[in-house]
This record gives sequence, C-alpha cells and structure tokens, in this order.
Amino acid sequence: VCIHRVRSCSSIHFIKSKYVCVFDKSALKFSHQRRLFRTSAVSCGQIVQFKLSDIGEGITEVTVKEWYIKEGDSVSQFDSICEVQSDKASVTITSRYDGIIRKLHYNLDEIAYVGKPLVDIEIDASKGVAPEEDVVETPPMSHEEHTHQEIKGHKTLATPAVRRLAMENNIKLSEVVGTGKDNRILKEDILNYLAKQTGAILPPSPKAEIIPPLPKSETVPAAPKDKARKIPVPVSRPIVFSGKDKTEPITGFHKAMVKTMSAALKIPHFGYCDEIDLTQLVQLREELKPLAQIRGVKLSFMPFFIKAASLGLLQYPILNASLDESCQNVTYKALHNIGVAMDTEQGLIVPNVKNVQVCSVFEIASELNRLQSLGSAGQLGTNDLTGGTFTLSNIGTIGGTYAKPVILPPEVAIGALGKIQVLPRFNGKGEVFKAQIMNVSWSADHRIIDGATMARFSNLWKSYLENPASMLLDLK
Amino acid sequence: MVLQSSLKNCLQLSCVLRTPKAGFRSTTSGGLIIQSVSNDVYQNLAVEDWIHDHMNLENRQVLFLWRNSPAVVIGRHQNPWQECNLRLLRQKNIKLARRRSGGGTVYHDLGNINLTFFTTRKKYERMENLKVVVKALKALRPQLDVHVTDRYDILLGRQYKISGTAAKLGRTTAYHHCTLLCNADKFVLSSVLKSPYKGLKSNATPSVPASVKNLFEEDPSLTCEMLLDAIAEEYAKQHHIDHHITLINPADEAVLPGINKKTKELQTWEWVYGKTPKFSVSTCFNMVYKDSVLDVKVDMDVKHGRIEVCDIDLPEQWLPPALCSELVKSLTGSKFCPNETTTLATTLLRVCPQDDELHRRWNLLCENMIMLM
Repeated sequence: VCIHRVRSCSSIHFIKSKYVCVFDKSALKFSHQRRLFRTSAVSCGQIVQFKLSDIGEGITEVTVKEWYIKEGDSVSQFDSICEVQSDKASVTITSRYDGIIRKLHYNLDEIAYVGKPLVDIEIDASKGVAPEEDVVETPPMSHEEHTHQEIKGHKTLATPAVRRLAMENNIKLSEVVGTGKDNRILKEDILNYLAKQTGAILPPSPKAEIIPPLPKSETVPAAPKDKARKIPVPVSRPIVFSGKDKTEPITGFHKAMVKTMSAALKIPHFGYCDEIDLTQLVQLREELKPLAQIRGVKLSFMPFFIKAASLGLLQYPILNASLDESCQNVTYKALHNIGVAMDTEQGLIVPNVKNVQVCSVFEIASELNRLQSLGSAGQLGTNDLTGGTFTLSNIGTIGGTYAKPVILPPEVAIGALGKIQVLPRFNGKGEVFKAQIMNVSWSADHRIIDGATMARFSNLWKSYLENPASMLLDLK
Repeated sequence: MVLQSSLKNCLQLSCVLRTPKAGFRSTTSGGLIIQSVSNDVYQNLAVEDWIHDHMNLENRQVLFLWRNSPAVVIGRHQNPWQECNLRLLRQKNIKLARRRSGGGTVYHDLGNINLTFFTTRKKYERMENLKVVVKALKALRPQLDVHVTDRYDILLGRQYKISGTAAKLGRTTAYHHCTLLCNADKFVLSSVLKSPYKGLKSNATPSVPASVKNLFEEDPSLTCEMLLDAIAEEYAKQHHIDHHITLINPADEAVLPGINKKTKELQTWEWVYGKTPKFSVSTCFNMVYKDSVLDVKVDMDVKHGRIEVCDIDLPEQWLPPALCSELVKSLTGSKFCPNETTTLATTLLRVCPQDDELHRRWNLLCENMIMLM
C-alpha cells in the first residue's frame, strides 16, 4: 500500500483545485517511477522552478491576485496554485508537479511575467521533470475508456497513480464513486470498491451512473444547520472517515449571544409554567384575520399575547423593571417595550415593539410585520434592538411545549410560548371537548420578583387570553 | 419568454448530455447554443461554473445566453464597497453577486443580455467572439454604428458603451462573457454603481466608469429576444451548426449534477464579501448631538471581509472608555457588515448602566458606524 500516495490524496481536500485528468505516456511514467520510490524519505528533492505559462492573446504580464497555497504546502499535479488577473481575465494557475512549495516568487498585487518563475516546487530527486509542453491532449478512444470517461457530461477525475491502481485491478473508473472534491476518485475509493467486490456475485453493470458524492465539510462554513451527513458504515470494511474537527473563532451573532447569556448567568432565575386554553382566541383571530388583511397587515397570535402582557404589566409593574448593577435600586420602566425573539438566518435577535401600553392590537400587529421583514432582511436598526423591557419568545412556531427561557439583561422577566395543540379537556359540565392548548413558561429574576407575583401576573395574562372579551374592559 | 417549449427542450438537453452518440461526443457538431430559463443571477453564474468545470470542449464550443433580474455583479477581485452603493442595493432588494471572471462591475436587469462563449484554453479568443456579436447586430440593423474597441468594449456611435467584457481561464477550458444593453434601467444603473463610501484604500481592481446607452434608445423596435436570436443565428453560422437554442434549467440536478451546490456557494457571504482583497477604511464623520457637533475618526483594516483592526477616535469622555474599548474588541474579527455590527453594538448596551442619555449617544455612534458598511 502506497503510504506516500495517501498523504498526497488527503492534501487534495484542503487545496482548492479543479482539473481534468488526461492520460498520456509521460504521466504514466511519472507515477510509475513514484511508486518504486515510495518508501524513501522525501527530504532533499530537486527544486524545480515552475514558470508562468502562456496566457494567450499575446499577454506578457499579469497581476497576482490570490495565492491558494503558501510556502511549505504540499501540492499535487493540477492543484490550483494562484489566481492571476490580466486585462479583465481571471486565470487559475494550476501546478504541473507533485511536491512541496518552497518559494513564492511574488507577493499579492505584484506583477508576474509570463515565462518567468512563479513558484519553486521541491519534487522527489528520482522523479525527473515533467515535459514542458502543455499536458492537454485529445482523449484516446476504445481500450483507454477506463482512464478517461464521460458520463452525463461528467469527466471522471483521478490522479495518474489512482488510475494506475484502477487499471491494475481491472476496475472501471466509471463504476467507482468519487468522494473527493469535484467527484474526484481517490485511492480510498478504489480500495473501498475493491473491498465491496469481494463477495459480489454479479459483475458490475457497464452503464453504472455516478452517484453524487457525500458532502464534505471542508468547504464554506456558512450554515451550521446543514443537512445531516449520512456516513454509511458497512459491515466488513475498515471505516474510512476523513472528517476533521474544525475550530473557528466566535464572531458576530454568536459573540453577541455569548455576551448576553454570560451576563444573564448573574441573574438567579426561577421558572413558572402554566397552560392556556386558547379556544376562544383562535376563533377570534379567525374572524379578525381578514379585517387585518384588508388593511395590509398579517395578524398572528403574537399581537394578542403582547397586548395581554402589557395589560398585565400595568398591574404588576415590577415585572417591567430593571435592577441596577449593585442591586441597590430597582427602576420601574414607564414604557412597555416588549421584545419578540426572532430566529433569522444569522441567529437570534430580539427587536422590541415600543410603547405597547398605548398601542392597539392592530398597531402591534403592524409593527411586528415591519420588524419581521426587516429582521429577515438583516436590516434592523439599533433603535429597534435596544430599549426592551420585557420579552416574549414564541418558540412554539418551531415546536415544543414547555421551555426554560433565559432572561435578557437588563430585564427581569421573560416568557416562552409553546405550540398550540388540540387536546381533550373537561368543560364546566364535566364534558370532554376539543381545546386549543398552549403552554407558557416564565422565567423571572428572583432577586426582586417572587413566585406569587409571577403567578398572579401569569393568571391575569391567562385570563385575558382565555376570555378575550375581558381585555376590552381594561384596554387603554 | 420562451417558456412553453422549455420542458420539451430541457428534456432534449438532458438527452444530449446523457447519450454518448448525440451532441457532445460527435466530432462533426462544432457548437451548442443554450439559454437559461432562470433569471436568478446566482443560478446562471453557477451554470457557467458547471460548464467550465465539467464539459469537454475539445470539439465543441458553447454559447450560453442568459438574463438576470436586477443584480449588481462585481468582478472576481473587486471590492463591493468601492464599486456600488450597498445601502441602496439592500433597500431596493437588488442582489449582489461576485463572478469568477475578472474585470469590472456591471448592473444587470432584464433589459440586459449576457453572452458566455465557452472554448478550450487554446481557442480562447475574445476579439473573435465580439466580432460575432457586432456582425449579428449589423445583420439585424445595418445602420447601427457599433464597433469593438481594443479594451474589448462595444461602443455605440463611437461614444456609448453598450457592452463590457470579462473572462475566466482555467487549466484546459476558458470562457469569455459580455453584457449587451438593450433596454436596461439606466437610472437605477447609475445610482447603484456609485459608491458613497469614503476613505477606502485597496488594491482591488477598480472599475472604469463609462457612459452607457441602450440599443433600444437608438432603435425602439429592438427587443432582447430579437438580439438573442440574431446573435444565436450568427454564432450558428460561424460554427456551422443548427440555429437551435436549447433551453436549460439551472436548478435541474439531473441535467447538471452538482449545480445546486455551486449556486449555494456563490450566494455565501464568504464568497460575495469574504473574497474582497484586503482594504482599509480611514474616514471621519460628524455627529450632531444636542447643539454640539462631534468629530469622530475611524480607522479599520478589513481582510476577508472581516474587521482585522479597528480604531475609533471619539471626543474624550463622551462615552465611557470601557464601553468603547468593548465595542472595538467586539468588532475585531467580526464581519464588516451592518447587521453584525448592529447586533454586537446593541448587545453591549444590555450589560452597561441603564442610562437613557448613554443609550442615545451609543445609538448615535453606532448608526454612524453602520453607515460606513
């Protein structure tokens, strides 16, 4: 087993590359020689100066715009080395050799000259230098089919050594699933294919199609909530898993969350939960939805929850307060700026609806629409994100029943709303009926809020929502 | 557009791509003309990537025709802050894309057509391609005064730019693409391509501004469809192939395996903003606060789209120094992006003394900082 080959293969994962593999005699000789000397230590190899090849159109100089490798990196033939630009054309320069980068002749934004050395690559002393002319050739037909194939307009990518291994084992490259970048077939893939073949009864079908490869983790670190990667674990063969741990600094939204939640740790939380029968509210909303729609506003349940909370805060203003750093003074906030936790692509943000105590349910709904569209576009301003005094988190839209929300300083209370479920409940006559039940989980700062206060506030809030008509009595 | 026949033609293309006999393997066929059914700039750029990476262009060249809904497309090595008004883009919901070819920034909308000429690296020849375009235009309207400059622009009436060019060269394949202004919104074009950001210093490729004109202004009878057809016809003539345009759906994984991954990659922040060459922002602004005007000086180094170094120079004691240094610390390493800056800045307010005056000053400073991004 060629240890040296495996090392180079794993380096392919980290170096961005796109290449077309071409079968020609010199490449064959190249890889053949390498296999003979595979066990020798690669120390003092020959330093080859890789010159910048002709760009075309008579261009003699280009600007180096991006290096894909640095000194000391391993490269394989056809790996991308750098990106240069000349007169509106961006050119990807790929390596002609396998080896280790020993010197970059240019810094970024410097002018590089065609025909002059671009990088120095150290290759094995035994290998010799590959021919200077371009290695691109028209692919030969017939018996060479297993070395260069097209399926669905797809070229099979594999290095010369991998092709040789396939050829020696009478494997058609078209039947091997490539798991490397750009569906490239790696040595592991040939080995896995071989392992599968022992015990196979039927010969492989000649028209096998390329299966899309398992997504690899080394590309774009964008979405953390990516689709789950299925890693098949077959019974007999050794598990070849090339995933690696990835460490990256915490920035942006996550950094903000770390700060907020670390500060929240100082608050002694206590929880209080209850269930609310929203049967009447569900009906009311159904009636009011079209009316709001006519006015151009989407009406959800949140405006009702928010308004009911504000009415409750009028009776229990300590829940809309703030404790100072030294815990010496408590400030009762006059405005009810009720925060609404929002899940965006980038993470959690909590804009707030200002002055709920003087807003109608419709006005709250309208404001929520505005905040939601700004939030999803990533355009919320500082004013929308500051000044909150009390927060509601409607986690139920995603799912869940009871939760344990974390208070967002400098506030002293928060409520998490679960999903609305249809459940059987008993009515006054002892009959079972279909009820629309939602759970609420409150968390409050036990330094200034006691359980009784939280319970009474919750009961009041609950009563407004279970009997929406009662809100009319206290609406300001 | 030509959407009724799209299904039939899409199937045709997949047959062409699958069957070894037809289309791609045949040495007699010298070319292929395809047109995208999508107006999504990311999907269309992904098609270019796909063809560049996966198609064998040895015996066959490809012409790809596409149009986009409003978008600004910057070149591979450009700086979007330098090139366009990002605030306006966000407001108007105009997409920002970074293409893989070099060159300058362009504004696309449905009144602009894009042409991509795919060849092997050896057959890469931009002048020839542009001559095909000019020939097509002249065949359509002989009186049009259009010609190709040595900068690979096409000028109308010797004065107005109607087409810009860019190219991408890989190891074995290359493509040259260009725009053609038929009936684009010039007002939006000029307003989005004007950068309001001051104090930027970078080695990114700058765009060369030019006066533009729509072909429609010269001849109101011209439409995008007519231009696309004329160019396809001329290309077909040049390559001795059928004047037949195959429609292609850039979301179809069956025809273009792996295309959706390419589309996603083009949409990531890391590609669009993160690939910006290192630059620095050195600027100052005035803040008006309660009858006084304050000077603030900001210096930042941005690498890979993230703030590497940040320095904010405020009048002494206007804000608690501890809070300011917390802001600087938070911003360091974060994206040079208004959304992230807002989030970080507002979070910091949660953990400082709850003072309305402080909050007002803080918000004012942060609003101004965000204007820089």
